[in-house]
Amino acid sequence: MRRTHLPLLIAGLLALAPAHAAKTLVYCAEGSPESLTRLFANGQTTADAGAQIADTLLDFKPGTAELQAALAESWTISPDGLSYTFKLRRGVKFHRSASFTPSRDFNADDVLFTWNRQADKSHPYHTLAGNLAFVQFNNLRMDENVARLEKLDDYTIRFVLKKPEAPFLTRMSFDMLGIQSAEYAAKLSAAGTPDKLDREPIGTGPFQYAGYQKDTAIRYKAFDQHWRGRPKIDALVFSIVPDAAVQFAKLKTGECHVSTSVKPADVAQIEKTPGLNLIQQPGLNTGYIALNTQKKPFTDRRVRQALDLAIDRNAILGAVYQGRATLAKSLLPPAYWAADTKLPALAYAPDKAKALLASAGFPQGFDMELWYLPVVRPHNPDGKRMAEMIQADLAKIGVRVKLATFEWGEYLKRSRAGEHQAVMFGWLSGNGEPDNYFEPLLSCDAAKSGGNLTRWCDPAFEELLQRARRTSDRAERTRLYAKAQEALRDAVPQLLIAHGNRFGVTRKEVTGFVLEPTYGLNFQTVDLAR
Amino acid sequence: MLAFLLKRLAVVVPTFLGITLLVFSLIRMIPGDPVEALSGERGMEPERYARLMHEFGLDRPLPVQYFEFVGRTLKGDLGYSIVSHEPVLREFLDRFPATLELALCAILFAMLIGIPAGMLAAVKRNTPVDYGVMGVSLAGYSMPIFWWALLLILFFSVQLGWTPVSGRLDILYDPPKVTGLMLIDAWLSGEEGAFRSAASHLVLPTIALGTIPLATLARMTRSAMLEVLREDYIRAARAKGLSPFRVVVKHALRNALIPVVTVLGLQVGVLMGGAVLTETIFAWPGIGKWLIEAIHRRDYPVVQGGILLTATLVIVVNLVVDLLYGVINPRIRHPR
Repeated sequence: MRRTHLPLLIAGLLALAPAHAAKTLVYCAEGSPESLTRLFANGQTTADAGAQIADTLLDFKPGTAELQAALAESWTISPDGLSYTFKLRRGVKFHRSASFTPSRDFNADDVLFTWNRQADKSHPYHTLAGNLAFVQFNNLRMDENVARLEKLDDYTIRFVLKKPEAPFLTRMSFDMLGIQSAEYAAKLSAAGTPDKLDREPIGTGPFQYAGYQKDTAIRYKAFDQHWRGRPKIDALVFSIVPDAAVQFAKLKTGECHVSTSVKPADVAQIEKTPGLNLIQQPGLNTGYIALNTQKKPFTDRRVRQALDLAIDRNAILGAVYQGRATLAKSLLPPAYWAADTKLPALAYAPDKAKALLASAGFPQGFDMELWYLPVVRPHNPDGKRMAEMIQADLAKIGVRVKLATFEWGEYLKRSRAGEHQAVMFGWLSGNGEPDNYFEPLLSCDAAKSGGNLTRWCDPAFEELLQRARRTSDRAERTRLYAKAQEALRDAVPQLLIAHGNRFGVTRKEVTGFVLEPTYGLNFQTVDLAR
Repeated sequence: MLAFLLKRLAVVVPTFLGITLLVFSLIRMIPGDPVEALSGERGMEPERYARLMHEFGLDRPLPVQYFEFVGRTLKGDLGYSIVSHEPVLREFLDRFPATLELALCAILFAMLIGIPAGMLAAVKRNTPVDYGVMGVSLAGYSMPIFWWALLLILFFSVQLGWTPVSGRLDILYDPPKVTGLMLIDAWLSGEEGAFRSAASHLVLPTIALGTIPLATLARMTRSAMLEVLREDYIRAARAKGLSPFRVVVKHALRNALIPVVTVLGLQVGVLMGGAVLTETIFAWPGIGKWLIEAIHRRDYPVVQGGILLTATLVIVVNLVVDLLYGVINPRIRHPR
């Protein structure tokens, strides 16, 4: 063979010639799902993988954090806030597979099955999965406040609560309540293969499970009979690509069409790459520093206020976030309905901070330790850089900051144990429910269990949270949360920094892809231009 | 031969026990634990945490846990993955063919290029060819795999578009699993283009993983050849008027290969280590990638079982190489 022909020959051998006959969209996923339903794990990929297959009673209007009817057509809440009655949608079909042909549509039995298998420890499908099953259900204490779930008729169910809990409604959108088919479960039990229920899942979702090659890809095909209409693409593939640089390469070559695991550092390069679209939107997350209010000198509110005034947040926005973030005014991201948009921006006033410190008895400042994030998070792309900037800011008012950090697992463990003086942290919750920010981060319960890293437990503030939990009246809740946010402005248990933007990339031929603020992945309306 | 085998086996047992102790303690030295990793940023109430730790038997004293692990392992039970709830052995066997396929291709690539290159360098000693081969192999040897792999992707996949970026097969194909080796399964599926796709997906990971063994083999072959080429019988062969090709390939190479075989055996360990990085970058669904994820999730049974199986494999291959060495070189079997 003549040497000159070699490159041509190799190119010929290696070129990927086959043309895509059907419209197949490839999503570059960051990791492998632990399972195909969110029952057994709490990772994001697991949630995304399962959400294509199963629908929940409620979900979110595309592109918003507003709840909407899904498998439940409508709902009513009793005046005492204790019963939630859901009217179920009729005519909803389950997927059909080689081993299962549904004989009936979705109904109340399926809701009961999905709930009971997780809540009822004697349920035959409860014990199946071993000790760690239902991790998310248990971690979020889903059934703690539920007295019972009743079937009123085939298309009506009712949750009866032990005490009023307004955030309960949002829970009906959680992935682990993706409805499974009771009929399929019964059939598998009879056949002696109950484990197939989660390995070959059947749901009512827009995409039907078509296969999973471990650590490689999950395949779906469009479900023709989906109650919201058939998806525009014919097939969907989750291609598992852990390395961000490789994902970027795959987007460029067209091996992937969409990715949502974009590193903030790569954003500028993606913007410059022809053929790719960068999608950017304010993220529903908050980066902050929790001051341990049980440790001196942070027991003194004036000291906390002084630190808050000494941080130059605009400089951080530029240097740490490259401007791709929104400065925080409240713990709640601005897109939350309960976020108090009337709050003024957090001030930068080093002189006032100095005066406050002096009045608190620290005219010469003091020494403190700040733990900075060892990982990149959507709310904070560079913990160390941020910590160094804060260190320099605080030095100007005489506060000498020592920086420290630990391996991520250790960091979480130690900060939950309250070993820190000040710890950099953040929160990410996109389901639109304000209680999901306040309760785990600032409630007295969380101060005891460790999740409230400020260890701040204020009876008046707690009362506001509890009242807002009890009432389902949106206007009243908004008013109560506004008061709570004012109280936080005064007490300053946290030094709020910013809400980091969220990024996604699509190839130019992809249309209709929206980054969901709720962190969900919705491919129902996505299309591929030929 | 039997005595030789028994002597070798006697070393294997303590090595194996040493590995169990090492892998058991190393994973526990990493901060965190499986339950902690599972609870994520939101955390878990202390009671539930304690209950789960108890259910997994992780609250018992470490020596008890260790002896139970060794006891179960000896019975062939590697336990269940904490994350996927599947038996560790099944998970390993599911992924092993992918690693095997990649490792075989890499070692083949290393041999096919490394040995001839080493021979060439030896024969053309102290010429630009020699310097070239040795320089390139030194560069190959010192190149970090992850960086080399990314360079390969950027050049061959993104710039030239010759090879796919990552994965084992184009998403168009989904051949039924027969052997687990994608080249063979793709071939058996009979789907048009499937085999070509599988082969093209193998090219870059093979080069990335095979480069270090290639460099090692080239350097080893060169020095072994130089040694042999100085021997009297080579001079005799030349004096007989044999063609240079015959002298080098038939007389010199055979004898030079003895140390090369040993090095080849040792490369299995290098390949397994390299597979962890290569598989992560090329999204290659083998045991390297699986182990990395297990470590992140503190999935103790998977890390323990997976590393133990991998180490066993390396030990077995080296044992075979030792035996093979004995077969090639009788002096090792019958020491005087």
